[in-house]
Amino acid sequence: MATVKLDSLKKSFGKTEVIHGVDIDIQDGEFIVIVGPSGCGKSTLLRMVAGLETVTSGEVQIDGAVVNEREPMDRDIAMVFQNYALYPHMSVFDNMAYGLKIAGTPKAEIIERVDTAAKLLQLEPYLKRRPRELSGGQRQRVAMGRAIVRKPSVFLFDEPLSNLDAKLRVQMRLEIKQLQRRLGVTSLYVTHDQVEAMTLADRMIVMNGGVADQIGAPLEVYANPATEFVAGFIGSPPTNFVNAGLAEVETPNAAKLGIRPEHLEVVSNGMGRLNATVMYTEALGAETLVHLQLADGTMITSRQAASDPTAAEGSEVGLNWQDRDGMLFDQNGKRC
Amino acid sequence: MEKRVTFKGLWLPLLLVLPQIVITAVFFFYPAGQAIWQSLFIPDPFGLSMKYVGLGNFEYLLGNPYYRASFVTTAIFSILVTVVSMGIALYLAVLADRLIKGSGVYRTLLIWPYAVAPAVAGVLWLFMFNTRVGVVSWYLGLLGYDWNHVLNGEEAMGLVVVASAWGRISYNFLFFLAGLQAIPKSVIEAAAIDGARFWTRFRTIVFPLLSPTTFFLLVVNIVYAFFETFGVIHTITSGGPQQSTTILVYKVYADGFVGQDLGSSAAQSVILLFIVGLLTIVQFKFIERRVHY
Repeated sequence: MATVKLDSLKKSFGKTEVIHGVDIDIQDGEFIVIVGPSGCGKSTLLRMVAGLETVTSGEVQIDGAVVNEREPMDRDIAMVFQNYALYPHMSVFDNMAYGLKIAGTPKAEIIERVDTAAKLLQLEPYLKRRPRELSGGQRQRVAMGRAIVRKPSVFLFDEPLSNLDAKLRVQMRLEIKQLQRRLGVTSLYVTHDQVEAMTLADRMIVMNGGVADQIGAPLEVYANPATEFVAGFIGSPPTNFVNAGLAEVETPNAAKLGIRPEHLEVVSNGMGRLNATVMYTEALGAETLVHLQLADGTMITSRQAASDPTAAEGSEVGLNWQDRDGMLFDQNGKRC
Repeated sequence: MEKRVTFKGLWLPLLLVLPQIVITAVFFFYPAGQAIWQSLFIPDPFGLSMKYVGLGNFEYLLGNPYYRASFVTTAIFSILVTVVSMGIALYLAVLADRLIKGSGVYRTLLIWPYAVAPAVAGVLWLFMFNTRVGVVSWYLGLLGYDWNHVLNGEEAMGLVVVASAWGRISYNFLFFLAGLQAIPKSVIEAAAIDGARFWTRFRTIVFPLLSPTTFFLLVVNIVYAFFETFGVIHTITSGGPQQSTTILVYKVYADGFVGQDLGSSAAQSVILLFIVGLLTIVQFKFIERRVHY
């Protein structure tokens, strides 16, 4: 169990700076998800915490101690890799026991700890198998098992679910959450999937181009995005952006108005604050997505309950929203 | 799915593989057959007649202390060549694998010796270690060590081992480097996070994962040491002093073309044929069962 602190952490490869200073204080036992599109530096950030990348400037602190210069093995961390990185020539048992053996743990304790972890992860029948004889989900569990038997003070996850199929991903997501709750170990989890971020995180860090755009609890980030990027990245379908001029926004400096699809109400023609043409509709069962085009050509989406009457494709409609649901962004994408 | 080209007739495919069959027949099957045939006879010194002796040549060879000594010499020589060339190659490959800048230059330079023909390599080393004008032996003399591989059998063995292993390091290096680079980086990183330091990682992760490459090189290098080092030995020691560097292949030449005992020489070839056959079987068995992680 430990706290983790990043203090204006920066990373450059050669002359290119890829992380421009990230600060965060992570509480003991907190589950932090770092989310962002590919190339935003989220994996690099995690690898700096792990000690697999050097820190260009700033500090990484684990449990109050600066670990910048410490080797990965001296940081008391465990990591789950995207491709699992299991030792292919070892059995599942040996994979999980590897770290303990190196630490010189007594044999009886190794067996006990691996067995406990195997039970927790339902891996007991597979302990004698090699990784290549396991399915993707099982390999994933072995990678988790290898991390938990060592009882580290921090867990690091580098996109652990992205190699799994959609159904398994949802299941493993839940398992990871349960596991982390039960063990209470401070965790950093990197993903590009905003759903994973929303469901897993106590707090999430939304990264964009090497900068942490926003740090906060998932629902808070969702309801109150700090930048245009965050509003567009978190939520599916993404936030609609309407030109401030078209929406007749009075606030000076406001360049764009962001409205979440669920806050956009389709009303009959002429009754709304904006007019739009229904381009096509997607009925998903529980809800229906209505894709509309505004007068200036912008495409936007409204999400409505399936029970609501759906406007015919090609028809002219009006759009309404509450003022409190409108999010204003300035020229630079910042909230105003 | 593999795409196969199908020939309708029998003549075109036969014609296409004919050159290879002819070459194999003329340069491999025919001499091998001749060797087996000749090993059953003892020809007279002028080559005018041959006397059938059955397995007499083999019987004589296996009872001959010089031939048995040559077996031991060959074993020592090939083990030394294999261990030295593979050991150094692995060490260099590990270094090159860690290198980020200038690895291209480093690799190219290391591959060069492979382009040097064995006989030329032999002459090269002979020059450096020449007892009278050699650079290395001169410096050794300054240090108070009297290098003389012409008289000292152990020094002669050392020299032919070094000369044979030298060119081989490049070849082994290439395979080891490719093998090292095929190991996923994240596996090494996982081991580092699990607490393994460099040497532990190498021993428990890298070396086991490299074992298919290592085993392949082991067989290939033994075959090399057995059969392809003739040029090195011929140029440096000619099998001497006192047969201390006469490996089996060299003895075939020495007994047959120098000693004019063609029957015995042929019998020795047959024994070597048998050994190379065994090694090939081992190699094929291994390649078929090759472990894919």
